[in-house]
Amino acid sequence: MNSRLIVLVVPFIVIAIFWLMARREAKLSHDPTHKGYFERNGMTLGILFIALVALWTLFLVVLPYLYMVVESFHPQLPPSKRGGPEDVLTLAQYQSFFVQPVGGGLNVTHIGAFVFSIIASIAVTALNFAICYPLAFYMAQSGGAQKVRLLMLALIVPYWVNEILRAFSLRLLLASKGLINQMLMGFGFTDAPIDFLGANVGLYVGLSYAYLLIMVFPLYNAIESLDKNQIEAARDLGAPWWRIHKDVVIPYAKPGIASGCTMVFMLSAGSLAAPQFLGGPRTLWFTSVIYNFFFQNFNWARGSAYAFILLAACIALVMLMLRLFKVSLGETIK
Amino acid sequence: MSAGVELDHVTVRFGDFTAVSGATLDIKGGEFFSFLGPSGCGKTTILRTVSGFLEPSEGKVRIGGKDMAGIGPNRRPTALIFQNLALFPLMTVAENITYGLRVRGIDKDMRAKKADELLELIALPGQGNKQMSELSGGQKQRVAIARALAVQPQVLLLDEPLSALDLKLRQHMRNELRIIQRMVGITFIYITHDQGEALTMSDRIAVMSDGVIQQVADGKTIYDEPATAFVASFVGENNPFAGTVAQADGSSALIETKFGRLRGRNPRGLRAGDKAILFVRPESIRLGAGATDTTLSSAVKSVAFEGNMTHVYLEGVGKKNITISVGRQGTTSIPEQGQVAAISYDAALGLALPEGQLARE
Ligand SMILES: Nc1ncnc2c1ncn2[C@@H]1O[C@H](COP(=O)(O)OP(=O)(O)O)[C@@H](O)[C@H]1O
Ligand SMILES: [Mg+2]
Repeated sequence: MNSRLIVLVVPFIVIAIFWLMARREAKLSHDPTHKGYFERNGMTLGILFIALVALWTLFLVVLPYLYMVVESFHPQLPPSKRGGPEDVLTLAQYQSFFVQPVGGGLNVTHIGAFVFSIIASIAVTALNFAICYPLAFYMAQSGGAQKVRLLMLALIVPYWVNEILRAFSLRLLLASKGLINQMLMGFGFTDAPIDFLGANVGLYVGLSYAYLLIMVFPLYNAIESLDKNQIEAARDLGAPWWRIHKDVVIPYAKPGIASGCTMVFMLSAGSLAAPQFLGGPRTLWFTSVIYNFFFQNFNWARGSAYAFILLAACIALVMLMLRLFKVSLGETIK
Repeated sequence: MSAGVELDHVTVRFGDFTAVSGATLDIKGGEFFSFLGPSGCGKTTILRTVSGFLEPSEGKVRIGGKDMAGIGPNRRPTALIFQNLALFPLMTVAENITYGLRVRGIDKDMRAKKADELLELIALPGQGNKQMSELSGGQKQRVAIARALAVQPQVLLLDEPLSALDLKLRQHMRNELRIIQRMVGITFIYITHDQGEALTMSDRIAVMSDGVIQQVADGKTIYDEPATAFVASFVGENNPFAGTVAQADGSSALIETKFGRLRGRNPRGLRAGDKAILFVRPESIRLGAGATDTTLSSAVKSVAFEGNMTHVYLEGVGKKNITISVGRQGTTSIPEQGQVAAISYDAALGLALPEGQLARE
């Protein structure tokens, strides 16, 4: 049977399994006062609701991803040969990430781009956290209500400007004849312009800035609910300010920190626009590689395989970090 | 070691609002000293000024004779027990107790030893590894005390620490606090709006109202010799009779009230023509007539039998009742509702004070 058809069948099988499990559960712990779903809504309406929700999740959420998974296990073929004898299941697309399909050497370019993207995303996450933690702490614990509102506005309003404008204005600032270099040279700090863009400064700054709010809000939420008296108690017991953060605030805000860091890391690793506009000329971001497979080589199979490699790596890394810092996944989405 | 605390004309303002004005006090080392007053009168503000979270707008705070200006809470020889305890929920009992030692860089073995010692003191031996959530309200209370004592403060500051506990536990903890204070021998500054707490535990009490210290004295003096109308009406039950002084000499004053001329002691040196309030406590009034200048009569509104006492409420001025509490020894029969009854008191138990704000009921 065609593997693409299997994909269509899989969700139905899963739904059926869940339904059977639910039935069994209901039988085992039977509660006579509890009215069943169909009893409450009636048969016709009940079926209609379920069908609508099922269709929605199936066609808009589950199937597209599943289709991409399947695609990644197939060879790249012209439309005429799809479904033909050459259309077999294969790991070739995943292999091609590690070993070049032509020539057979180690695929240094792509592995390099992958490693760079991951490391740079970690750096962006760290930078973002370093900027946002003091900001969130100030807003949540020490700032007056009026100042906090103003600050919040100052954080949000720049996001009304579209991404391209933001990226290019940053380029203008950092370019070799840009404002910052002009100023540095004007004050005599350097003779020659510094190549900020080539050193990926723009990339880091742009990405950190792009996801500032995504870091600030979980942190703010977490720190805001911390009882001020706890901070004062620590201080009263003799703790210097940095110990108060280390011992009281950060442990308390850990779920928020994990949530913010996870999101910023995932979004940075998967971002496309900022690396393209702000990365240095020698910089290759992994999502750009994926983008090119889809839109320039029309190699969806290899593109989706690469995308899943990125996704799996990111998830694994996040899980590892959560484990390391003893935060459960449930806490981060509270 | 214990240290005294001196407040020298301490005024604390928040913008235009004066929360504490001109507080002057000398708390001796090793004393159990209470601030008593209704909520919002500035008690917490005083405590935060002593602990260093607030700087006085005017005046000085001295601890052990040393001026504390510019010295932060982490460098003062005080420890504060917060109204809501503010224990660290993510630390164990022992970690909470020894947190102050940890930030002082004291090593683990020493900390463990100290934790055991303090757990013993607060009657929670061997429970150091428990999580805070596993403790009851009273146990948390004691952990908060141990955490504060661990840093060996010279002054322990307690901000209504018992207010979250139920009545029974509260009474039990009163004794316990007193015992702990005697044992460690340091100065306790205790804040409460509950006069029972203040009267039973303290060596001395400062009664506060609207940011002003009204009187500083031991419990018995506060109760028997209140210095102001506020103290007389706030501490214990009291019947106020407002009026004008008709005659006065050094020892007593005769006050013209709605119920005729009534006599009382005159410790504040009132003079004829002054506005004054005569206070007579419910337990000092008896049923039946006495001398003319200590007898009044009014209609009985209601009678409440309370076992060892019977409270009789008579028509007072406006909505306020005159309350009499009669014990069981007396043979006098209790009047019926609606009857007009004569009541009287000993002139020595009436107290004439200058007119002033009364405590809100
Ligand atoms: N940080 C502050 N800013 C403005 N007003 C305050 C502040 N802290 C306390 N107050 C005011 O000072 C008064 C005394 O407060 P507080 O000392 O907490 O009273 P208490 O502890 O006796 O209930 C209250 O009216 C309160 O509203
Ligand atoms: Mg208070």
